[in-house]
Amino acid sequence: MTLNITHRWVLRGGAEVAELAGAAFGVSLPTRLNRAHAQDGRAALKLGPDEWLLLASGPVSLEPALAALPHSLVEVSDRQVAIPLEGPGADLILNAVMPLDLHMDAFPVGMATRTVFERCDVTLWRTGENAFHIEVWRSFAPYVSKLIALIAAENRAA
Amino acid sequence: MRISSAGRVDRGVKLNFTFDGKFLTGFQGDTLASALIANGVLLMGRSFKYHRPRGVLGSGAEEPNALVAVDRGGGRYTPNLRATQVELYDGLVAVSQNRWPSLGFDLGALNDLIPIFSAGFYYKTFMQPRKAWKHLYEPVIRRMAGLGKAPTEPDPDHYTHRYAHCDVLVVGGGAAGLKAALTAMETGGRVILCDEQAEMGGGLLSEPCATIAGHSAQAWVESTLARLRAAPNVTLLTRTQAFGYFAQNFVALSERLTDHLADPHPDLPRERLWKVRAKEVVLAVGAIERPLVFANNDRPGVMLASAARALVNRYGVKPGGRAVLFAADDSGYAAASDLAKAGVEIALIADLRYQATPAAEAATAAGMKVLTRTVVANVLGEKRVSGVEIATLAADREVWPAGAVECDLLLMAGGWTPSVHLFSQSGGKLCFDEARKIYVPGQAVQDQRSVGACAGDFGIHVATGLPVLGEIVPEGGYSGAVPAPKGMKGKAFVDFQNDVTSKDIGLAVGEGFRSIEHIKRYTTNGMATDQGKTSNMNGLAIAAGLLGKAIPEVGLTTFRMPYTPVTFGSFAGHARGDLFDPVRRTPTHAWAEANGAVFEDVGQWKRAWYFPKSDEDMDQAVIRETRAVRETVGIFDASTLGKIEVVGPDAAEFLNRMYTNSWNKLGVGRCRYGVMLNEAGFVMDDGVIGRVAEGRFHVTTTTGGAAGVLHLMEDYLQTEFTDLKVWLTSATEQWAVIAVQGPRARDLLAPLVTGIDLSPAAMPHMSLREGEILGVPTRLFRVSFTGELGFEVNVPASQGMKIWEAIWAEGQKHKAVAYGTEAMHVLRAEKGYLIVGQETDGTVTPMDLGLDWAIGKAKPDFVGKRSLSRPDMLKPDRKQLVGLLPFSETNKLEEGAQIVAEGARDKALGHVTSSYYSAALGRCFALAMLSAGRSRHGETLLIPTPSGPVPATVTDPIFFDREGKRLDA
Repeated sequence: MTLNITHRWVLRGGAEVAELAGAAFGVSLPTRLNRAHAQDGRAALKLGPDEWLLLASGPVSLEPALAALPHSLVEVSDRQVAIPLEGPGADLILNAVMPLDLHMDAFPVGMATRTVFERCDVTLWRTGENAFHIEVWRSFAPYVSKLIALIAAENRAA
Repeated sequence: MRISSAGRVDRGVKLNFTFDGKFLTGFQGDTLASALIANGVLLMGRSFKYHRPRGVLGSGAEEPNALVAVDRGGGRYTPNLRATQVELYDGLVAVSQNRWPSLGFDLGALNDLIPIFSAGFYYKTFMQPRKAWKHLYEPVIRRMAGLGKAPTEPDPDHYTHRYAHCDVLVVGGGAAGLKAALTAMETGGRVILCDEQAEMGGGLLSEPCATIAGHSAQAWVESTLARLRAAPNVTLLTRTQAFGYFAQNFVALSERLTDHLADPHPDLPRERLWKVRAKEVVLAVGAIERPLVFANNDRPGVMLASAARALVNRYGVKPGGRAVLFAADDSGYAAASDLAKAGVEIALIADLRYQATPAAEAATAAGMKVLTRTVVANVLGEKRVSGVEIATLAADREVWPAGAVECDLLLMAGGWTPSVHLFSQSGGKLCFDEARKIYVPGQAVQDQRSVGACAGDFGIHVATGLPVLGEIVPEGGYSGAVPAPKGMKGKAFVDFQNDVTSKDIGLAVGEGFRSIEHIKRYTTNGMATDQGKTSNMNGLAIAAGLLGKAIPEVGLTTFRMPYTPVTFGSFAGHARGDLFDPVRRTPTHAWAEANGAVFEDVGQWKRAWYFPKSDEDMDQAVIRETRAVRETVGIFDASTLGKIEVVGPDAAEFLNRMYTNSWNKLGVGRCRYGVMLNEAGFVMDDGVIGRVAEGRFHVTTTTGGAAGVLHLMEDYLQTEFTDLKVWLTSATEQWAVIAVQGPRARDLLAPLVTGIDLSPAAMPHMSLREGEILGVPTRLFRVSFTGELGFEVNVPASQGMKIWEAIWAEGQKHKAVAYGTEAMHVLRAEKGYLIVGQETDGTVTPMDLGLDWAIGKAKPDFVGKRSLSRPDMLKPDRKQLVGLLPFSETNKLEEGAQIVAEGARDKALGHVTSSYYSAALGRCFALAMLSAGRSRHGETLLIPTPSGPVPATVTDPIFFDREGKRLDA
């Protein structure tokens, strides 16, 4: 699944906030840590006990639905960019720079986390057995893309 | 001397190679060592200290002698490779090392004749005069002694890494490792099996006689490998050395990907460093045969019995025509038998044991001459063995010469030393097996076990758990110096690579060294690149014998990683060149580049430093840029500033606790300069904070402090201020920030901005508004780091370039310039605005900086508050921020220079923190931190420089527009 992400928010708050936000967002927010829910071009990734990253392919009005509860909603559409990685051996490309265990048993489809990518941080979300969605802060994107291209070429040659 | 049919080499694939320029041929499957011996070349190197001729001793990673350099051209030059591990490929170019002018005739060999290079020689000899060490002794010694030459060109290869996780990591693909992998495979878990050689099988590849469950050893290897290859849960890694074992079963492997290929794909990395996290580790790394220590035991043609066995059985190479076996262990008889079958005449088997073992009896029955209680006392020949002198061990412990035997090959079977290196690295303690005089692994301290020969459990039947026929299991062994007849001369080597003899160890003991750690360092025994794989046990036994102690009482040296040398490239991996560290560029970087900007590195960021016109130098460009900001308007990329969105009903209270200032009364749409302290009360960051809404603040931090400030805030929030309902989100990269500064700033922006009244009354200094600029949503700040009327336009990063270009285009009507960080520094310094990290160094309080006004004294608490009232923080002689005007208007003081007073030039009163030429002032000026600085305004002090002290007047740190009228324009 490839998403054309144009809008992003970081939502912080309690379970009730998550419930209201899910209703407004059209995709329920995961209650389990490090899990993502996705449908119809929108996705919600639970990255911390009270933290969700919301991804969408267009503007969404969320603030009005949450006004009654303490929360933090910050738009980060331009803070980061998406780098999709798809194809057989995608996990081996990532494991050149990422210490995580990406075996399907350890990191199944629908799992998402912030993690280390060589010398920078990324958010990694597995969208298929051989498909990952990487979110990385804008200025680190060339570094990440270049490393992926280099490692992909290495692995192809081998 | 190739044997017609034996071995695993592919005689159909002939490979050309050169050794010291000589053209030779070998076969696919050869190592450089086997191919050289097949060509009759036994002399492969010169020794480290004495430059003695050396040939192959071993058959793999343990090889101490046959070190060569391989030159692949174009900077691909690797010294100190073990010829026994270098796989032959077509076109291989190998050169010998440590000889001059040639391998056959080496002037350095004179060292061998001068009786001075004994243990501690360097420490004792080259002491006086002191200076001569650096300029005379060391350079000469370095030229004469040493191994290969380091390559001089940059390494053109690239290297990669891989993290891996598994249930079972099996290290070593011999009989025990294959069996362990098979067992692990059947449990269904993830299995990694690695072996340092080109093919799995270990010693079984050199085993021609034994059968395993009715199959030949090689057939068993093949069928086992077939099962492992077919299993989806098994990863097989050949040419992969496990070289380091760390905490929590983290094991580092080095995989060689291209060194064996004649023409590797250019995208293929040379090596891959595996970082494996295993639930369980099985060490099946085998054992290394021990040499025996007797005079001239290093001559080319003297080798381990196992090495000769591998040459004959695995590579189909006859290492000589007439051999003597010197045995202390039954396993040597297997070599004698295999060599005899290959047509090598076995002239004699000298067994130093008193009783003939069944293996000896079998050899006798096969027609070989076996002498028990017999030792080899000396080797004849120099560049090649020509014979041996033998001696008899008499009952009274005397050793009697017993004549000489002609031969061109001498095999040593001194027994087997279990490879406990990785076990030891894992933290496990070794146990001494008194009966066999070997160290074996004790209790494992991680989830790990040792199996097979590395655990001291010898024999294929033990390793495989299967019925095995026809194997001669290791039995016996000897450590220490072999008894020699009185007056026997000739060096008896213990450590072949570092040229340490049994006499050297005797000398160390004689000079009073008792611990093996000291003996090791004094003699350098075991300190070469092979880390004593063949020398440690013999060295220990010799020292223990001389000291009259048991071996364990002498101690044991530490096994350190790497097991075999690992390239620097492998550790570096991708982190070289422009991937050494991420290079962060701002949204307007391309514009700055196209407009001639010179960039400076600020952390990982590239920031435009200044924008020189065609023939301007830096000073001229900065003068032009600063003048334009003061006179018209300048545009500056401030995108790298850290930004944190602080949101929640308790946002203001959170800031009250984190910053010195008070935030309760800051109205929505207003900004304030905030100062953040650490718990010690010292300034650690600052920045403008704007209140976007009642419960929403836009906090800015310094560029370098962005990540640290967020982490510190998050730390306090999660551990100290858990009562607050507030959340932090990094917004640094959400916004592109364009500073528009100068008297015309408003005129420039007005036509571009919609929905915001920019007039001074509607939008005063230190305010913020939300609106649009050219249809793009903006958070517009009216702030100034220049002292001029100024705005900072925040727009979503993806729109940064478009808005920058629009502002630039509009700016041309106002003689706008783009200015860089250097002009920004000058402009702020003229106003006495500090930069955290430049004026401050982690020991500066807000009071030192004259920022008392920014401290909310009425607040109950904030981070660092208590520390601010410590007596030391209130001392009147603390360093305080001041201005300095050098007497000479053109004398730009050096940043970091000390400040002294006339008459007390040995006491530093402070130091210069910032120093520039100011176009606005028409002179040079500086900021400084000066003891009791605020009470010294008007004083003349001295700044020592290499060309003499420079006088300067102490002033207030604000040099320009002291009243701040321009800010409010």
